[in-house]
Amino acid sequence: MRYIPNAENDWESMLQTMGYERLEDLMTILPEPLRMKKALELPQPLSEMELVQHLRSLSEPGPQGKRVLSFLGAGAYDHFIPAVVDHVLRRSEFYTAYTPYQPEISQGTLQATFEFQTLICQLTGMDVANASLYDGASAVAEGVLMAHRLKGRKKCLLSRSVHPESRMVTRTYSHPLNLQLGEISYTSTGTTDLEDLQRQLDEEMNAVVIQQPNFFGCLEDVEEAAKMVHARGALLIVAVTEPLSMALLQPPGLLGADIVVGEGQSFGNPLNFGGPYVGFFATKEGFLRSMPGRLVGQTVDRQGRRGFVLAVATREQHIRREKATSNICTNQALCALAVLVYLSLMGKQGLKELAEINLSKCEYAKKKLSGVGRLRFSAPTFNEFVLTLNRDASSVLQILLKEGIVGGLSLKRFYPEMEREILVCVTEKHAKEDIDRLAEILNESSVRKQGIQEPGR
Amino acid sequence: MNFPKEVKYTKDHEWTRMEGEFAVIGITDYAQDKLGSIVFVELPALGKSFKKGETLVTVDSVKAVAEVYAPMRGRVEAVNESLRDNPEWINRECYGQGWMVRLKIGDSAELSSLLTSEAYEAFVAEEEAKG
Amino acid sequence: MKEEWPGECGLLLNEPLIFERSARGRKGYSLPKLDVERAEAEKIWPRKWIRKDLEGLPELSEVEIVRHFTRLSQWNYGVDSGFYPLGSCTMKYNPKVNEDLARLPGFAGAHPYQPEEIAQGALQLMDDLERFLCEISGMDRATLQPSAGAQGELTGMLMIRAYLSDRGDPRRKVLVPDTAHGTNPASSGLCGYQVVQVKSNERGVLSAQAIEEKMDEDVAALMVTNPNTLGLFEENICQIAEIVHGKGGQVYCDGANLNALLGLTRLGGMGIDVLHFNLHKTFSTPHGGGGPGAGPVGVKGHLADYLPVPIITRKGERFQFDYDRPKTIGKVRSFFGNFAVLVRAYAYILSLGAAGLKRASLVALLNANYIRSKLKDHYHLPYDLPCMHECVFSDRLQGKYGVTALDIAKRLMDYGFHPPTIYFPLVVHGALMIEPTESEPKETLDQFIEAMVRIAREAESEPGLLRDAPHKTKVSRLDEVLANRKPVLRWKPPTAREP
Repeated sequence: MRYIPNAENDWESMLQTMGYERLEDLMTILPEPLRMKKALELPQPLSEMELVQHLRSLSEPGPQGKRVLSFLGAGAYDHFIPAVVDHVLRRSEFYTAYTPYQPEISQGTLQATFEFQTLICQLTGMDVANASLYDGASAVAEGVLMAHRLKGRKKCLLSRSVHPESRMVTRTYSHPLNLQLGEISYTSTGTTDLEDLQRQLDEEMNAVVIQQPNFFGCLEDVEEAAKMVHARGALLIVAVTEPLSMALLQPPGLLGADIVVGEGQSFGNPLNFGGPYVGFFATKEGFLRSMPGRLVGQTVDRQGRRGFVLAVATREQHIRREKATSNICTNQALCALAVLVYLSLMGKQGLKELAEINLSKCEYAKKKLSGVGRLRFSAPTFNEFVLTLNRDASSVLQILLKEGIVGGLSLKRFYPEMEREILVCVTEKHAKEDIDRLAEILNESSVRKQGIQEPGR
Repeated sequence: MNFPKEVKYTKDHEWTRMEGEFAVIGITDYAQDKLGSIVFVELPALGKSFKKGETLVTVDSVKAVAEVYAPMRGRVEAVNESLRDNPEWINRECYGQGWMVRLKIGDSAELSSLLTSEAYEAFVAEEEAKG
Repeated sequence: MKEEWPGECGLLLNEPLIFERSARGRKGYSLPKLDVERAEAEKIWPRKWIRKDLEGLPELSEVEIVRHFTRLSQWNYGVDSGFYPLGSCTMKYNPKVNEDLARLPGFAGAHPYQPEEIAQGALQLMDDLERFLCEISGMDRATLQPSAGAQGELTGMLMIRAYLSDRGDPRRKVLVPDTAHGTNPASSGLCGYQVVQVKSNERGVLSAQAIEEKMDEDVAALMVTNPNTLGLFEENICQIAEIVHGKGGQVYCDGANLNALLGLTRLGGMGIDVLHFNLHKTFSTPHGGGGPGAGPVGVKGHLADYLPVPIITRKGERFQFDYDRPKTIGKVRSFFGNFAVLVRAYAYILSLGAAGLKRASLVALLNANYIRSKLKDHYHLPYDLPCMHECVFSDRLQGKYGVTALDIAKRLMDYGFHPPTIYFPLVVHGALMIEPTESEPKETLDQFIEAMVRIAREAESEPGLLRDAPHKTKVSRLDEVLANRKPVLRWKPPTAREP
């Protein structure tokens, strides 16, 4: 067994020093009635070659083995990842290391985390950012919990244009603490209904959560929302699921947000069927002590040399225990490293150009597809938009799938009122031909009706 | 270890100096020594009322958090603002510059349960022996 | 130290912060030409929403970036560098083939919302893994959604809470042993429970009597770790579970120490109702410097209705996500969990099989007990009993020379080892928790033992050497007081401009 170095020869002498005869004798440490008498029922072990063959066959999408052309976004974005990112991630000093509790031999992880924290602050326009949370959705939940800790009031409002999974996760976290969550509706233009927000705001509100760009891909008026929310003494939490947008948009931190959370997956992390991703969390200096998650701080060693350590740990579970700001222990360090490497490679110029490419491709797609369907919302967008088809979305998507295309996400599952709508995302990975092909097939499908046989067949 | 005679003590390692109807409160030399270098102090809001035994202040060292309890019922009249930027005064001068809160005493009957310097010193010796 | 210790020499290159390396105009990226009309944000978005400046993002060439991160990596010590006996963390070897498998394009490129028809392989993997974990632990169903152990604990406690609520019997307290990991009370707190501590006995374990005293009809659950954080098997667990169940409570088991039990015993047979797994501990997925991990949760049948959505069901040959679960606690994170981590754990289980997993645990027990027996004459052993996969010593004997667990840990770095866990569990003053795992050759164990023996001697004869350690690392001991008094948590551009 190549992962277990010690073999029979080694065991013998070791067992002898302890007075045991066979390896199995160690089971006597367990109470007799609890010792297993038979073996676990698991498949026979596979050799490395067989393992690779088996996993390969599982990973291929279909009997044809053909890769599909996908226009899915909705909180997970397919961007190109330069080779350097994975090359750095595969340095085993990074990925086989533990949480940096012994800073003298973890300066690599610690400095990288400090750099990550800095970048998140720069991007979001905030003062302080943590070392990462599990994902964007749980980051929203943590933001709501933090607002509750700070304000001590009873309620929180979330816009319906915030990612449905973020809202679901926030509900799960809030429920046991008896935090009431309310919803703000969206307007016909695709943004949070600020009039509805104004109506619902009162002195019982801890915070309001909006997403930028929102789940429909539309841009929100963060500044206006901030003014309304602050007038009632509440906090504004802005969630960002596509942080590439911040290369072109004024960051929420400069528009009045008190807490900025989001999903860093777009930067250097593959889609990975939903995880691991990486949540980021940033806020103002004054709220530091209420922040969840790990923080890395700068300091000096005994010779006065600069170094980095885990800081302000008295907020955390291993010290504060049941009074901790969160229960988080392991976070998403390696994914945060991917974000850092990716952003370093892109740099300020590259990130801006990439964002412009995404915007341009999406605007092109909107033009092309508005001939086939109808643009549901008129608000400006970044790299996603909602398209209304001429009939039920699921049947159209089925037709597209047969042609090897995943045209978008049917929104009915999250918004029952949107039976004919799909959310379409376009990134730099989509060539003009891809978008044209989507438009072409969509056009054909709107002429063709499903289930009706062609005459004469 | 310092046990000044002019203040009174609690078994939770707070000291109290009486100033008429006010009580000035801090933590003892024994407490600051056990905590180690103090890095952060969370002081209560002015005007807030506390019952005897409620958490008045929390004190953070690098690896621990300690709660400082109100030795008697009272209302916060003043806090030592300079501790925000200089938490280390608690270590250096816990009975002087490191004072934390000034309470307006709510119930003077509760003062009778405070310990004298000798009683507190003996209590600390017992705690140390337990180890 | 005249002989050749791994820690003796090193080529540690200095490297500034990436922002300090940045130079205007340098490029590390390559972007395709635009094949559609260029859209300008200024023309389609309101002016005031457009970003003025992206200052603070570095500008570097690919070469400088690669050097920067290569140098940073060299300051780290990982399992691949050497022995990493961090108690409670199970720092075992991370198989390399699993790294390749997680990166298979069909997995890495799979969007979580992709149609189930083309995700069958991934769904099968998840379904298989769920079954394997249930078989290993003796539970009935599992969720793979939680991203880490702590999130798994929260999930488990939320399910208990929902179950009791459903029965019209919401309770307010949770019993947590004094040996518990900090995440246990923290997770209970997040569920709105009040935490009541239970003291372990002189054998370092929970006694039925102690539980009996604290158990009542207002206690929702007992959170137990087995083996516990002292590395000892909770020998009274069955009786304890009966007491808790008898008063209508549930038993949660923190599965962080599962590496001691694979194929030897099953937690499901001890009265455990719900437990979490740490895939990044027991199942060899890498720790990543602090994640990503995965914390699946296994439950007995009566709690299955409360599992987070979606669960995976099978209709003939087809796997499906089922969201129609009216009693679910909801979701603890987006999508389905850390899938790429699940792939690695799945591959690990398939590589070892039942016999391999059993051997892993037996050798983990062997290695830990070997260290325990060899070091007990040099370090204070608070519980002189056979341990399981980890053993706990204390710094008591060295204390009389003014040497602490911290000093011992720092000195170990000079010998070339990562220190064990220190100051945990809290019930042992000055604790040193050593978990070697099964993936260490005997020579490494012997070398570690020798280093510890020497350090014990140094504590007596030259304690200053320990108090000034480490001497050969990139930085010496860091001023944590400074880091905490005036936290500096980011780099700032020299002229404090707005981004």
